[in-house]
This record gives sequence, structure tokens and C-alpha cells, in this order.
Amino acid sequence: MTDLPALTAQALVQIGASDSLAALDELRVHWLGKKGVLTEQLKALGGLSAAERPAAGARINVAKTELQAAIDARRAALEQTSIAQQLAAGRIDVTLPGRGEATGAVHPITRLRLRVEELFRNAGYEVVEGPEVEDEFHNFEALNIPADHPARAMHDTFYLDNGMLLRTHTSPVQIRAMRSRKPPFALIAPGRVYRCDSDVSHSPMFHQLEGLLVDTNVSFANLKSVLHQFMESLFERTLAMRLRPSYFPFTEPSAEVDISCVLCGGQGCRVCKQSGWLEVAGCGMVHPNVFKACGIDAERYTGFAFGFGIERLAMLRYGVNDLRLFYDNDLRFLAQFARG
Amino acid sequence: MKLPVSWLRTWVEVPWTDRELADRLTMLGFEVESLLPVAPPFSGVVVAEIRSAEPHPEASKLRVCHVTTGGSELQIVCGAANARAGLRTALAIVGAQIPGGVAIAPARLRGIESQGMLCSARELGLPEVGEGILELPPDAPLGASLRDYLRLDESVLEIGVTPNRGDAMSVLGIARELAAASGLPLRATPDPVLPKIAAASKERFPVRLERGAGCARFASRVMRGVDNHRPVPRWLRERLERSGLRSISPLVDATNYVLLEFGQPMHAYDLSRLKSGLEARRATSGERLKLLDGTEVTLAADVLVIADASGPVGMAGVMGSAASAVSTDTTDVLLEAAWFDPRAVAGRGRRYGLLTDASQRFERGVDPAGQQRSLERASALICAIAGGEAGPALLEELPEELPVRVPVELRSAQVTRLLGVAVPPAQVQSRLEALGMRVAASGPGAWRVTPPSWRFDIAIEPDLIEELARSGGLDAIPEAVPAGARVIAGASESRSSERNVLQLLAARGYSEAVTFGFTDPELQTKVCGAIEAVRLRNPIASNLAVMRASLWPGLLNAARENLRRQRERVRLFELATQFHRASDGAVLERRMIAGIAAGLRLPEQWGSAREPGDFHDLKADVSALLSLGGRNGECRFEPGASLPSLYPGRSAQIVRDGSTIGQLGELHPALVQELDFTYAPLLFELDYLAVTSNAPVRYAPVSNYPQIRRDISFTVAADETFGRIAERVSVAASTRLLELRIFDVYQGKGVELGRKSVALGLILQDLSRTLTDADADGVVAAVCAELRSSLDARIRE
Repeated sequence: MTDLPALTAQALVQIGASDSLAALDELRVHWLGKKGVLTEQLKALGGLSAAERPAAGARINVAKTELQAAIDARRAALEQTSIAQQLAAGRIDVTLPGRGEATGAVHPITRLRLRVEELFRNAGYEVVEGPEVEDEFHNFEALNIPADHPARAMHDTFYLDNGMLLRTHTSPVQIRAMRSRKPPFALIAPGRVYRCDSDVSHSPMFHQLEGLLVDTNVSFANLKSVLHQFMESLFERTLAMRLRPSYFPFTEPSAEVDISCVLCGGQGCRVCKQSGWLEVAGCGMVHPNVFKACGIDAERYTGFAFGFGIERLAMLRYGVNDLRLFYDNDLRFLAQFARG
Repeated sequence: MKLPVSWLRTWVEVPWTDRELADRLTMLGFEVESLLPVAPPFSGVVVAEIRSAEPHPEASKLRVCHVTTGGSELQIVCGAANARAGLRTALAIVGAQIPGGVAIAPARLRGIESQGMLCSARELGLPEVGEGILELPPDAPLGASLRDYLRLDESVLEIGVTPNRGDAMSVLGIARELAAASGLPLRATPDPVLPKIAAASKERFPVRLERGAGCARFASRVMRGVDNHRPVPRWLRERLERSGLRSISPLVDATNYVLLEFGQPMHAYDLSRLKSGLEARRATSGERLKLLDGTEVTLAADVLVIADASGPVGMAGVMGSAASAVSTDTTDVLLEAAWFDPRAVAGRGRRYGLLTDASQRFERGVDPAGQQRSLERASALICAIAGGEAGPALLEELPEELPVRVPVELRSAQVTRLLGVAVPPAQVQSRLEALGMRVAASGPGAWRVTPPSWRFDIAIEPDLIEELARSGGLDAIPEAVPAGARVIAGASESRSSERNVLQLLAARGYSEAVTFGFTDPELQTKVCGAIEAVRLRNPIASNLAVMRASLWPGLLNAARENLRRQRERVRLFELATQFHRASDGAVLERRMIAGIAAGLRLPEQWGSAREPGDFHDLKADVSALLSLGGRNGECRFEPGASLPSLYPGRSAQIVRDGSTIGQLGELHPALVQELDFTYAPLLFELDYLAVTSNAPVRYAPVSNYPQIRRDISFTVAADETFGRIAERVSVAASTRLLELRIFDVYQGKGVELGRKSVALGLILQDLSRTLTDADADGVVAAVCAELRSSLDARIRE
């Protein structure tokens, strides 16, 4: 029987000095393994008398427990060091940009249109669409604009080689929608329209959005309420609104819609030409001749209609100061609208 | 329409400032587009007289003038040819500010001192009259401020009159509205009052009106001995000029004045050039007419003309002929004030490219009761200015062809219903009467309203309700939320939403473009080949002359513009309509979603190679779009596109349910070169309806048993497609193949020439039990056997 305290002391020194998990494991095998030094000591107990055996066994077990605890403690310490080293070595530059694809943008005209669609959908309006190539009936006649009507001069119409035309407004969609529905109905019709006019403030193609509500007792007061709510929702602020009498062949009474200037708050600025007002839409009560062209009883039903240029509202909403930017497709412009 | 405010104020003395008056008009439906002083701001400009004007010793075009403003003389160097002794003109004294930000300071011009500047109309921002410096009348007060003397601070209104209100295209018309709005009386006789002229002769010039031609009233008068050389008085010239017309001669100015004052277009013929009587009739098709402005037109049979024995002397209501026009030497005239039916005038002028003050008024409607009044007014003006002897005023008319103002029924209940607010009955009556309507009660809360002769826009009840709304002010109508039930509108799940489509592409780096619906025919032919394009009859430019049959020309141009702006990588898409010609000539519209990717596969960044994107990068984007509707798996990519603009071996058509729903590929190398792209751009186009057609989601059970992966590697002929390989594998592996992955395709060193090596990963699984190794080996064996027999594959062990 060797000197157990001396062995234990030697083992503890070796364990304390081990500098890697592998070395520590070797020590564990050497001292506590199946053929380890202390295990051999236990095996040697058989050579002792029955009276000595229990006390000697207990001493060996105490020594084993002591060594095991030392090994565990050393392992924990070594593991901690190893993780600390890994952490120190694995440091990266988190300020480098992320890899992969960049995000693109939805066009501001679409962005504004989708927003308007959402506002009206929330109020129960249906979104309808119609063809861009139209005939005289839907674009003019059904809208109470007969041939040679002076109002046609307001519409510089593009004609196609087959006698059809490019719609000059989205109003023909109303005609199509009214002819295929029974009142009551509420709808909006966004879309591309065309007029042969091109300068700083006119594009030969632009976008409009029409709205229409037909029911038994729709009034001009309703129209005012819907437009005012819409404008305030769109611009997310309190706005003054005024309607000025005007003329559209397809509505009676008709009005232009002004809102207090969203840039200067009505104080007067360059955009509102110092007037404090911005003209943003046209509107009116559906003309009985239009109802007649759509097979709707004008005595039983009344309705309102309104329409506006999407570009105009997008310019005001997003602070775009030049109409042509919308059609340049300059990515430096478009990228500014890259958000959800 | 331009009008000086002072002229309006002679008709009705409203107590409003010019600004208030303008705002009132706007809110009455006559939008005041501008309210500006006659002349732009300037100061320090006074009336002066040139005492002497001597040639400048050093410069032949300059004159040295001695000028007085009433006190001591000033020396001014002037370059105007009309600078002469005795002329009263405008002098900008030292310290004056004239338009254009010019400040007048003492100057030396070629060595001679100049203490101010003699001004032309142009330099002061005035309508130009003649060349050189302003010529003022000899009685212009010396030293007076030019602004005061010429009343240049007076405001001029620019009013946008809507096409339904022809009656308001005159001073009288606007004044009537102001009178109705203010409740103040309208002046009975126009300012200035002129003596009514008595006929000095009995001379008549015969006039005949053809029935049904469109001229129902024709007032005329012969005037002889007129001196058309006489100066036009300043008040008249000023009113014309401030209304945007030029002063020409007494005869022309008098008729133009009446046009502005009453809205009645008039015409003066040189009597010596007319032959034996006039007729208002429809033109004979092919008749020719040389107009005042020098253009010669060939008339159609629906054009109303005034003709004499020799043929047409005017397109009625639009423009007179050159041959019968008055000149300054004219002494004998026939004056005409006629009523032409709007239907006989509308559109005629526009057809010949003529938009005149007369045609604008006649096609909107001229008061049929105003011809005699206008004739009297014009003859009185001519007599007062240019003398002459008048014949009797003659009136020819076809009473049955004059417009009849039919009473319109108006119900109080309908007013409330349409406006959403009641108008008290007493107000209904008074407001309509103020507008010249005759209002008679026709029952409880009902009236019969007869519009005045000048109103052409009152035919139905809502027209009257509009008048009530207008006169009461639209601000007075309250806001009321519409009644009525809310309905859940069907938003079908079988359509992917537009927002999803847009956001998917944006998330993959594409930005949305908006390009025009018409495009360049040449570029379109390059992109689409020789198709029969839908052409515009009246394009705004030759490079925007056809409707787009593809969105690619627009996107190619947009991409090029961005590359030109030094973008290295451009990814754009557009959701828009393209137009095709159907066999019967009709135009078919197809909504497409198309895109272009030019440049690097990924934005330049660290840790990723600078490589151009290729077909398969684009295919991933397209597949993502097709997956939106859950139907990517149903699509087949068939080699080769139908458009000639793609690289044949690097393009594909996308076929689903037997029809082509789109295509994609790399731009043809010839076009890459021609359009000057550095990297070949990749293009796709997909039918939007097909992309968004959404298969309803049906849950399929998932297996709880483990998957087994087996890889196989083999060589096949180099032109064998993955599509065929996948098809054979899936046939052979049957239902246990959960997923097939292709993880390597290699051709080159180590692989026999003409063949390629392919590595597949087969993910196997069974729904009802754990697969054994033997099961997996069986599947692999079956797959290998199939590949060997059908594709001549050589399996690498």
C-alpha cells in the first residue's frame, strides 16, 4: 500500500497544472480510469485483513472523490478559457453591410393609388377597371358629350388607326360599371388616361381615379362629406375644403374641389400661387342623361361622382415638384419610395 | 377671357374691392385665373416732351434729345427712330425702377451724358403699339406719373368661363352675374351712352336666310361715307387692349367692342366688294373660301356660310373672307349681327384649325334676342368715331328656327334631395328671378321656371338646382355622411393581390417603372419583329406613334437611361397594358407584368463575386412570381422564345395548361450591341392574370417517418435537359420521391467530350412507414435503370 496522501497530492498538482481538456482527460484515465492508480489501489484492498479493509476503502474513496472534484473544477475552468479564447478569436466587424439583394421600390403613382384604393375599400367601395382603348360612346356620348360639344375641346383625344380612341378620362369605366350593375353601388375606378398634350405640367399619359356612389337618396351634402373625409385621410391632417361651381357635361350640379394648401397650410405659397387653395379634383351629381345612357332610373336614384389626377395628389403628398419625374424612371427618384 | 375690372364696374356698382370681386366670381363658377394690374410694377416713369432731337456725333443710330417734364430740360440719349421734337412720351428718370429689375442711373453713351431713359411699351411691359418709344397724345400732362395717366394700376381679370356659359363671355354677361349675386341693379344702358342714330338713307342690302341652314336671325345695316382712317378714342382702345384685343381701325374696333361688351360677334363687310345681296346657307360641298387670315379652305356641306352672288364671303360664326373684309380705305360697309344656331357652328372652326372669338361664342350660344341691340351699338360707335351715314336697321328672321325657352319643372323636394339641404321657397323664387328666370308656382312646393333668352344651359331640373346651389354658395351646403348599409365586398382568394405582386418584386430588388402606353415603332419592331402595330392617328411625336405590343421597349429605354446616369445595375418592372391587333382589326388589351435586370447578379458588395446575372437568376425571380399563385409547379419552361429580341438558346416560353403565359431570356447579342449595354440584360414578361390566378390552398398530409437521402451521379449527352432528367427520375422513383435536388452540373475536363456530368440528390420518404436501406437501394436502382435506358446515362459508381 503506497502512501495515499502523497499520491493524492501528486495527482492534485498534475490536475492543477493540466493545460488542455485532452491532457486533463489523460490524467483522469491515469488516476481514476479502469486501470487507474486509485482503481488499482481499490483492487489491492483484497490483500488487507477484513478489519483494515473498510477504513482503507473509505480513504481511497475519499481520495477518488477529491480527485474527481478537482478534475471537474479544472475542466470547467479549461472550458471557460477555451470559450473565452474562441470568443476573442471569432470577433467580426458588425458594421460591414449585410450581404444579398437590395430592395426595390413601388412607383409613387402606384403607391398613392393603392393608398386611395385602401381608403375607399375601407368605406365599402369596390375597385373596378376598364379598357384603355375606348369608343366614342363610352368616352363621350354616354357621358353627355355629343360630337361637336365644346367640352370636347377640353379633351385632346388620341385616335387609333381603327377609329377607336384612347380614353381621355376614367369616366367611361363608370359607364361600363353602371351598365352592368344595379344600384345601390359604390365604386372607384383608377387607371391610365391619355391626352395629346405634352409640356412641363402635362403628360400625354397620366393617371386618374374616379369615384361613384349611386343610391336612392345620395346628395351633394354626401359628396362634400366623402371628399372632405377622403382628403383629410389621405393627407392625414385637418384641411379646409371648398367647392367651386364648375361644369362637366356628365354631372349637374358640378364643382371643382379645392383644399387648403398642404404645403403652406393656406398661408399662400408658390405652389398654391399665393391663393392658399389647391385645386385637386372635380365632382358633381350624376347627370340624368348619364343615368339614362346606363339604364338607371334617374327619378328613383341619385348619385355623385368625383375624379382626380393621381399625379397631382402624389406630387402634393410626396413633395414632388416636377411632373416629369414620374415618367423618367430614374432609380435615384424611385429608390426614395422604397418602403412598405 | 380678359376684362378690365373698371369696365365691369360701369355696369354694376358692387361695393367690393377688386380682390373680393374676383373671389366672388370664382365662387360663382367663373374661375378668376388671375387678377393683375395692366402693367407690371415700375416707378419713376413720367410724361415728358422731347424739345429737340439731334443726331449723336459718334453713333448714327442714337439721338441726343432734350426733354422736359415741365421744368428744366434733361439730356437723354435715345436709340428709337421715332424720337423727335414735339413728341410726348414716357421718361424713366434717374432712380426709376422699370420691369425686369432695371434701375435707371445717369449714364454716358458714346461719350454723351444721358440723364434717364425714354421708354417703349415693351420696356414698360405694356401691350405693344408700334415701334420705338411710347407715343402719347399731345395733351398728355407733362410731369404726370405715367401709371396714373394711363391708369396702369387698374386690375384686369382673367376669367375661365366654362363651355356651358357662352352667355357669360362678355362684360354684360359677367356683370349680370355680379348684379344677381349682389342684389344691385344692372345698368340699363351701356357706358358710355351714345346717341341713337337715325337712318339717313333708305338703302337696304337684301339678305335671305335658307331654312334649316342654322341662321335664324340676321340684323344688318348699310353705312356709307365712313372714314376708317380716323383715330380710335383712347377709352375704347384701352378697353379693347386690356381685354386682350388689338386696336386696328374704327370699323374693326367697333365690332370687336360690341363682341366684348354684349358677347355678340359682329361682322363688317366692305360693301363695295359685295355682289347683289347676301344669303345665309349651307355650303356646297367643295366650295372654296379664302379667309381673313389668308388660309384657303374647302368647305363641307354641313358648314354654314354667308354668301353673295359670287360665292361664300364668310364661314358663319367663325371668320369672314379676305375678299369682303374691310380695310382702312373702306368707306361703305354692311354691318352684320346674326344669330347662328350653336349646332351649325359647333366644331366647324376646329375642323379647319380655327378657334376665334366669334366661334367660341356662337358654338356655346349667343343671346338670340341681342342682335338689334348690338347692331345699334356698333353703328352708334362707328358714327361717333368715323362718321358716315346709316341706312335703316334691317332684320331678317326665321322665327320658327329661333330657340324656344321651355319652362322647366322644379320641385322643392327634389332640391332638398339632390343638395341634401332645403332652400326656402321664397329664396328659390328670388334667386332664380335674380338670374333672369321667370318663375311661376305650379303647385305646392313646385314651380315652372322659364330661363332667359341668353341661357342655353337650362333644360332640366338639376340645371335649376345647380343655379340654386351656385347662387346660395356651395359653402352653405353642409357635409353629411352617406346613409346606407355597408356591404362586405367579395375579395376573392383566387386572385393574388396586386400589392403582393409588387412587393415580391420590390423585395427581389426590382423597382417599378411607369412608361407611356405608346412607344417607338422602330424599337418595337426590333423587340417584337414585324407585327401589325396599333398606330395612333395623331401621335405627339414620331417616336411615340404606336401602341406598345410589349412592355420591353419602354423598359429597355428606362434601363438605358439609368445606365447612362452611371447606374451599374438596373432592375425595373412594370405592370401595364399592352395592345395587340386582332384579326378583325379590333385592339386587344393584355395586362402584363414585365421586368428587366441589367448588370451584376447582386449589388456590388464584399464577399460576393462581381458577376453578371444570368438566365437562371432571372428564372428564380420569375418562378417566385409564378409561385405567388401556388402554381409554379404547373409551369413548363420550353426552350426558345417567340420574340426575336431574345438570345434563342438562352430564352424560354412559359407554358401552363397548354397556353403560353409568358417568356423570359437574355437580350439578343445583336441588340445588346446596338442598344449599347455592357452586360446582356435579362427580360421577362408574364400575363398578369395568369400570374395572379391563385390555386386555392388545400392541405396535404406530411409524413412522420424519417427521410433518406441518396445521391447519384452520372453523365449524359451535353444537350440533355434537366427537365427530361427530372421527368424520368420522377417516373422511376414513383411516390417515394419527396424531393429531387440537382446539386451539380459539370462539363469540361474529366468528362468525355459531348457529355456532361450531373449529380442528383433524391430525398425519399414514405407516408406510412420508415423506409429501409433496401427500400432506398431499390428506388436508386430503378432510377439508374431508367436513366440508362431512356437517356443513355452512364452512372458513376
